[in-house]
Amino acid sequence: MSNRKHILRRASHCALLCLAIFGLAGAGDPASRFNEIGHQLMCICGCNEILLECNHVGCPDSDGMRNELMAAVSRGDSDSLVEQSFVQRYGPTVLAAPTKKGFDRTAWIMPFVALVLGFGLVVLVVRAWRNRPEPALADGIRPASDAELDPFREQARKETEL
Amino acid sequence: MATIGSYALLLALALSGYSFLFGFLALMFPGEGSERVGETARRAGVALFGAVLLAAVALVTAAFQNDFTIAYIFHHSNRALPAPYKFAVLWSGQEGSLLFWSLLLAAYGFVLRLRYKTDPRLFAYASVILAAVQLFFLALVCFAANPFGLIEGPPRADGSGLNALLQFPEMVIHPPMLYLGYVGFAIPFAFALGALIMKYPGEKWIHITRRWTMVTWGFLTCGIFLGSHWAYYVLGWGGYWGWDPVENASLMPWLVGTAFLHSVMMQEKRGMLKVWNMWLVFATFWLAILGTFLTRSGIINSVHAFAQSSIGTWFAFFLAISFAVFVLVFALNHKHLRSEHRLESLASRESSFLFNNLLFLLLTLDVLWGTWFPKISEWVQGNKVTVGGPFYNRVAIPVAMLLLLLTAVGPLLAWRKTSFESLKRNFMWPTIGALAAAVFVMITPSRWGSIFGLRPWTDISLLYSLMTVFLSALVTLTVASEFYRGGRVIREKTGQSMFASMVQLTHRNTRRYGGYVVHFGVALVMIGFCGAALNQDKEMEMGYGDRMSIGSYELVCRSYTQDDNPNQASEWAILDVYQNGQKIDTMTPVRIFYKAGQQASTKPDIRSTLKEDLYLVYEGQSEKGRPIIKAHVNPLVMWIWIGAWMMVLGTGLGLVPNAPAPVAVRATRLVETATPVATGD
Repeated sequence: MSNRKHILRRASHCALLCLAIFGLAGAGDPASRFNEIGHQLMCICGCNEILLECNHVGCPDSDGMRNELMAAVSRGDSDSLVEQSFVQRYGPTVLAAPTKKGFDRTAWIMPFVALVLGFGLVVLVVRAWRNRPEPALADGIRPASDAELDPFREQARKETEL
Repeated sequence: MATIGSYALLLALALSGYSFLFGFLALMFPGEGSERVGETARRAGVALFGAVLLAAVALVTAAFQNDFTIAYIFHHSNRALPAPYKFAVLWSGQEGSLLFWSLLLAAYGFVLRLRYKTDPRLFAYASVILAAVQLFFLALVCFAANPFGLIEGPPRADGSGLNALLQFPEMVIHPPMLYLGYVGFAIPFAFALGALIMKYPGEKWIHITRRWTMVTWGFLTCGIFLGSHWAYYVLGWGGYWGWDPVENASLMPWLVGTAFLHSVMMQEKRGMLKVWNMWLVFATFWLAILGTFLTRSGIINSVHAFAQSSIGTWFAFFLAISFAVFVLVFALNHKHLRSEHRLESLASRESSFLFNNLLFLLLTLDVLWGTWFPKISEWVQGNKVTVGGPFYNRVAIPVAMLLLLLTAVGPLLAWRKTSFESLKRNFMWPTIGALAAAVFVMITPSRWGSIFGLRPWTDISLLYSLMTVFLSALVTLTVASEFYRGGRVIREKTGQSMFASMVQLTHRNTRRYGGYVVHFGVALVMIGFCGAALNQDKEMEMGYGDRMSIGSYELVCRSYTQDDNPNQASEWAILDVYQNGQKIDTMTPVRIFYKAGQQASTKPDIRSTLKEDLYLVYEGQSEKGRPIIKAHVNPLVMWIWIGAWMMVLGTGLGLVPNAPAPVAVRATRLVETATPVATGD
């Protein structure tokens, strides 16, 4: 038992370590920060494209926004400060996804609520269907048990598979 | 032409009204003469196709005749427009595309009404329901969005021309495919509602509906991927999917339709999920109409959307009415759909279909929620927010991964119950093979480029990509093992080659093995998607002899030039492409200025290989008159197009009738001493 606990503890440490590595990976490097934040922002010219993916001819906004972002990242502004300054300047639609504050939070919560409810519902359905009794058979006929059917299943497998 | 077209539309409206009203009366009041009345309604439905076709031909003819007295032709065509795009004018704008909808609906109805002998009563119900849908679309083109409206003021010498982004060969096929998909979902809906109204006994309607749904699903799949291809090759932003509301609108009915194609098997094999399937068919149709509403009402901002107009109200009413009618009929007749559900094991095909349906529905809800959230936010807090790629990537990718896992696992589970031994036997080698593929991709050096050297610990998107590689390989190997096992049994029995055995195997159960080919296509598409995590891009002003390095390529600007014709003026850059010091290609990205519409557009030049695409965009000219080139290296994009073709091929395969099962005749040796019955002389 203690051996099992030890393995579980080790596994949880490994999982935490992996999460930390994924969380910290790439953070801090200005180029990757520019790339990461630039993909969280939209170009505001009306093209409906991510800032760093907007390249249509004669876009009046994306170049200026990129320069602004590069300057903020070079200054060492935090991610949230950069995003706040963009929101103040261009409005909330400049963020490519809803924030995790106030009503916007529901955008993120609802898919997971649906996931949990959906899985719960399917599990309930599966349990209910599994607990249903066998359909009644005509008098004198006894349903075959799994043990009786297994040889036939094996025979079918041999004749139809490898 | 305007007069012919307008009268043809009015005639079609009258015919659809007759087909609906008298078809309905014949079904509601059966008795003496009702069959003859019903037959006239069916024939009116057949004839209305001719009337709508005449209207469509009139509009296309007007485009070819440069009849700019018609406002629609003036706004969407011009004299110098190449002939294929003049043909495509039919679906280039709001009014024309609604006429095209009506035409396709009438064409589907035409086929349905000609095949009525399959089951006259069920087809009569379906015909009436279809006539009601047709009535709505024809009323729309007659009264709210008439494509034959005349232009006010003096006659115009030339038109405004077609939107620059639409002047691309795929423009001629992408919208028809998409519309065939959207419109086609009206047919399964008509059959389902008809079956519900008449309390249709048995599962025959499901067999009929399934084939129609497969055809429609195939068209929609084709339309969606052609749209992606079009975006990739025309918009010049280096992407094939942008989670735009209009793209989402096409994805939602596709997802629910896919769920239906799976769950319908439960009803056919086990008589389960009858109510669920009925709702899925309805939801698919309803979401297709909702997509059209989104595109045309202007309620949600999109780069693809048609101009804002009043027809959104028409669609809102139609959506509400169709929902109310379905709910009412369902409430009255749902007891007819009662079925006995019993599940013997969690490790069974049935439970895998349940989870499959759940995941498809969740994905649909995620997309629907993300599409509507900006509007909901505006209603609730008074300001709009953007719901773009980062949101969908976070909520949809995990669900898509689970679906991919089920795609691998589901087909190998048996109906009712799968033993542990069977699971081990079926999954061991595919799992080992998939793990080997994932480890190989992970440990190979990054300098190999493309998907190689995927280090999942450096970025979460690379972790997703690696998982996708593993799951796609698992799907591919399970599909391959299914073909191999079945083929081997036939080979042992017949002595044919393995390939011939697999062909025979597929022909004996085209739906099952066609489905496997679709799954294989899905795996290829997913591998293509995971390449997006490794995209690179670079932008540079390039004069004569300037060099740019990106990925394993070096680009050298050889020259830049200009061209001019009556329809367009263009600027070209001519770039030599080197790899490992060797010249491998010359590429010519171009920027085009369309004169009639006064619009500019880019046409990227793309060098596609299985490993990656080198994608060059001519972004514009610098102040010095030099071209500004944006280069992208997009790994594995070609896999998406190959996968899409596989999906369409698999769907086509699933529609081929099964070969009859061979009669088993045991070969016996002739008795050598027997005397012949006759010698032949």
